[in-house]
Amino acid sequence: MLDFTEEEIKRYSRHIILKEVGGRGQKKLRESSALVVGLGGLGSPVALYLAAAGIGTLGVLDNDVVELSNLQRQILHGTSDIGRQKTDSAENRIRALNPGVKVTKHCARLDKNNVERTIRDYDVIIDGVDNFAARYLLNDACFFGNKPLVEAGVLQFLGQIMTIVPGKGPCYRCVFPEPPPPGSVPSCQEAGILGAVAGVLGVLQATEAIKLILGIGKPLVGRMIIYEALSGSFREVGFRPNPKCPLCGEKPSITELVEYPVACEEQRQDAVT
Amino acid sequence: MEQPKPQVKADKEINLKGEVCPYTFVKSKLAIEEMLPGQVLRVIVDYVPATKNVPRSMQNEGNSVLDVSKLNDNDWQIVVRKG
Ligand SMILES: [Zn+2]
Repeated sequence: MLDFTEEEIKRYSRHIILKEVGGRGQKKLRESSALVVGLGGLGSPVALYLAAAGIGTLGVLDNDVVELSNLQRQILHGTSDIGRQKTDSAENRIRALNPGVKVTKHCARLDKNNVERTIRDYDVIIDGVDNFAARYLLNDACFFGNKPLVEAGVLQFLGQIMTIVPGKGPCYRCVFPEPPPPGSVPSCQEAGILGAVAGVLGVLQATEAIKLILGIGKPLVGRMIIYEALSGSFREVGFRPNPKCPLCGEKPSITELVEYPVACEEQRQDAVT
Repeated sequence: MEQPKPQVKADKEINLKGEVCPYTFVKSKLAIEEMLPGQVLRVIVDYVPATKNVPRSMQNEGNSVLDVSKLNDNDWQIVVRKG
């Protein structure tokens, strides 16, 4: 009780009341760190909810500047932020929401030379990237670095989410061993995305990250939730670790980080997710 | 209903006079979390709804309520043993 200020007791009272959280869980959140990779349609609600929840350190990673076309779904940024670095506008917004959160800015694009040291200091990683190159790089780096990864993707009216805990269930490559050929899957830039659908998936990611940090409930390990907004349905698809997985299978062919070229239509990272 | 046992010695006491719900429970919960199973917490409140809400919530979390009684015109005590 002495460990919380009056302000914190009031701010987090609805968490503390929960049996599964309590003061202990709230302290765990305060002592934890999470990295949000990509501050777009997924990363926006992730960052906001983790900040509101009182996570101790929130890493925010993005290399892009805010554009007008982002604002239909990237609720971390405002109209007056157009032209600013997303990490800067994210920092302002998070500070305004919860000044108790330490924000660490990574104004960078992930590559095989920086990804391992970038994720090293975080307890949980949340994937809000918009291209397959970054998605596979992050999956592989989290496997090698033994970091839990909350993975999600969205397109048009569809979204999917899965939590990857190395050694505890399938990785992204167990389900999708290799990236699709460039151009075979449309990006959000060309295919569109309903902003709120990214929001649904981002909020699910934030919830998964909080569950992982608190060690409560059943994580989405080996279970992919697929949200189909037009029909208004959630489906769960189970996956087992794939013995033929090129990364975590019995005879892995990937033993170090690989970087896939970013397909040309994906190059404008700010235009997607 | 449990019989009042005002003679039970409390291991910790907190004064929550002036606090209203849900902070009466929030602060009681934060206090009891720091204690060991079997230890007794005595909570003093002056917000009447808390004399119902705090014992109920404390019980829901697996603790046993030993006593809820009026101390004077304004104040109540709630005595809880940690489960
Ligand atoms: Zn795998």
